[in-house]
Amino acid sequence: MSAVKELLLENKQSGRGTLVGYFPAGYPTVEASVEALVAMAENGCDLLEIGVPYSDPVMDGVVIQEATLMALENGFKLKDLFEIIRGVRERVETPLLVMSYFNPILRYGVDEFAKDLKNSGAQGIITPDLIPDEASLWLDASEKYDLDRVFLVAPSSSDSRIVSTSDASRGFVYSVSTMGITGERAKLDELARSVVSRVKSLGTEPTCVGVGISTAQQVREVNSYADGAIVGTAFVKAYAAGGQEALIAKTQELASGLG
Amino acid sequence: MNPKLSETVGPYFGEFGGRFVPEPLIAALDELDATYLAAKADPAFRAELDELNKSYVGRPSIITEAKKFAAEFGDLRVFLKREDLNHTGSHKINNVMGQALLAKRMGKKRIIAETGAGQHGVASATAAAYFGLECVVYMGEVDTQRQALNVARMKLLGAEVVAVTTGSRTLKDAINEALRDWVANVDTTHYLLGTVAGPHPFPTMVRDFHSVIGNESRAQMLELTGRLPDVVAACVGGGSNAIGIFHAFLDDPEVALWGFEAAGDGIDTPMHAATLSMGVPGVLHGARSYMLQDEDGQTMESHSISAGLDYPGVGPEHSWLKDLGRAKYHGITDSQAMAAMRLLSTTEGIIPAIETAHALAGVEHLANVLPAGSHVLINLSGRGDKDMETAGRYFGLLS
Ligand SMILES: Cc1ncc(COP(=O)(O)O)c(C=O)c1O
Repeated sequence: MSAVKELLLENKQSGRGTLVGYFPAGYPTVEASVEALVAMAENGCDLLEIGVPYSDPVMDGVVIQEATLMALENGFKLKDLFEIIRGVRERVETPLLVMSYFNPILRYGVDEFAKDLKNSGAQGIITPDLIPDEASLWLDASEKYDLDRVFLVAPSSSDSRIVSTSDASRGFVYSVSTMGITGERAKLDELARSVVSRVKSLGTEPTCVGVGISTAQQVREVNSYADGAIVGTAFVKAYAAGGQEALIAKTQELASGLG
Repeated sequence: MNPKLSETVGPYFGEFGGRFVPEPLIAALDELDATYLAAKADPAFRAELDELNKSYVGRPSIITEAKKFAAEFGDLRVFLKREDLNHTGSHKINNVMGQALLAKRMGKKRIIAETGAGQHGVASATAAAYFGLECVVYMGEVDTQRQALNVARMKLLGAEVVAVTTGSRTLKDAINEALRDWVANVDTTHYLLGTVAGPHPFPTMVRDFHSVIGNESRAQMLELTGRLPDVVAACVGGGSNAIGIFHAFLDDPEVALWGFEAAGDGIDTPMHAATLSMGVPGVLHGARSYMLQDEDGQTMESHSISAGLDYPGVGPEHSWLKDLGRAKYHGITDSQAMAAMRLLSTTEGIIPAIETAHALAGVEHLANVLPAGSHVLINLSGRGDKDMETAGRYFGLLS
């Protein structure tokens, strides 16, 4: 079984719940992003999500757009991703997923990317702009290299798409909390609850909720009905404002929402 | 037997096309696809669109033979399909009226659009005024400056224009911003995409709405000259005016199809937008197609004096036609395009858009490869009024 899935089920059972922390690779530099990810793992994130900076991030709000653009301006190259994964792996055992738009993977070569990902010690990929219908190359490569495939479902997804997406996923299904791009929301939609309950009743994979989560209260609330809470913008925003120290404080604050 | 090229519909054109978008948009694309297919099969929809084309857009557009212009290039005849005479001044309105009718059918009260040159934005703002819809147009900040007159037109028509300040601040980034808006507002909003790019069904649907250009031209050329033209040519940004005029000729192998892309400072420099000539296949804005990208899969910034061609992607059907060898694509530099803009103005009294001037400049290239007496049909996709500031500065005409 997928190590990620195992962890989610274990944390659910124990009543802890799961905090998934996103941080962009190469932001603000390659070395600093390793430090940031290690600190997130050491201060309460159960699962790490490393974002691959991309020129056209259509699912992302302005905070993540600006951070990933800075990473690119500071010279981030795709080969650095694997160094970052290794750097984090050497220091913490926290499972690690990569979040990437599809074109960088396609250009690198889907099979090659999967192989290098496996060799560097990551567990799989979250693909925000790749639906299972278009993913045959990635389905093959992820089978071959035994990697997790996290696809998205949204409040707008039909029941039949939730079934097929859950079937194609491995590790967990990413439930998008609201109709919109990444960024903080004062209030989480009821939509989040309803998409999770549809994923739970229609599919077999666990599901984590992402987009808009930025407070300990929201982390607690989401973990009461889903298998984990995914936080990105709040971490990046904290880092942008106060560097490593602020990131550590934000991680501890959000982890306090766990049981 | 192979199916006719012209009968090919998405999601895939060979290995190109598809739907590489976030899952939240899939339901809206499915709804649009279903609405479009139902409308296409509904004679009442066709009749409504035909009537709008006739009494509002001003179709059919005429064909003008450009004799003095052609004489500059030797022994050939050049015919101009006058999409510049459509209401709002370009071909863009053909697609906009079709999609606005679909938005109405879907009960969506708000439309959003991206624009480069501003022609698609103006056409969208026009349709929004006509149908009583709210309209927001995303436009790269660079383009709001070089096409300032069109910004004023959109605002006068009642649209909100949002200057996009991310990335290269041109058309590519305007599309990103429109997609972000759409994800958040998909229940109330139709994304009125302005070219044959993007996820299915846009490439097929937008092509179908522009195929009127080629259908009219084919009949007009037969009537005018008694035969089909030897070459049909158009400029290619995203590729909508080109596919619109090509489509009726796809299954006439004796008609050569030529698309002229923006070569900016030259395709041997990094400053160009010649996606089909210089790009490699990849995924951008929801479809697999040729695109300009670096070795890491990051989209490269394109460069062209023409805002409407300044795009590092292209519609998937063009990628397919290129690989099949059915259409040929060639780059035209900024200076070649500007020379052609001036030449058509002084020889024929027609000021073309700078986008369109790329197709006109292509005649020089064609003259070298065509036999004497060849007939060349060019899609005169738009008029140059919007470009007067750029042209005025370029030619030193402003005091
Ligand atoms: C007059 C004119 N021609 C051509 C284009 C390029 O678009 P497409 O390649 O989709 O026809 C534009 C785009 O703004 C335009 O305004």
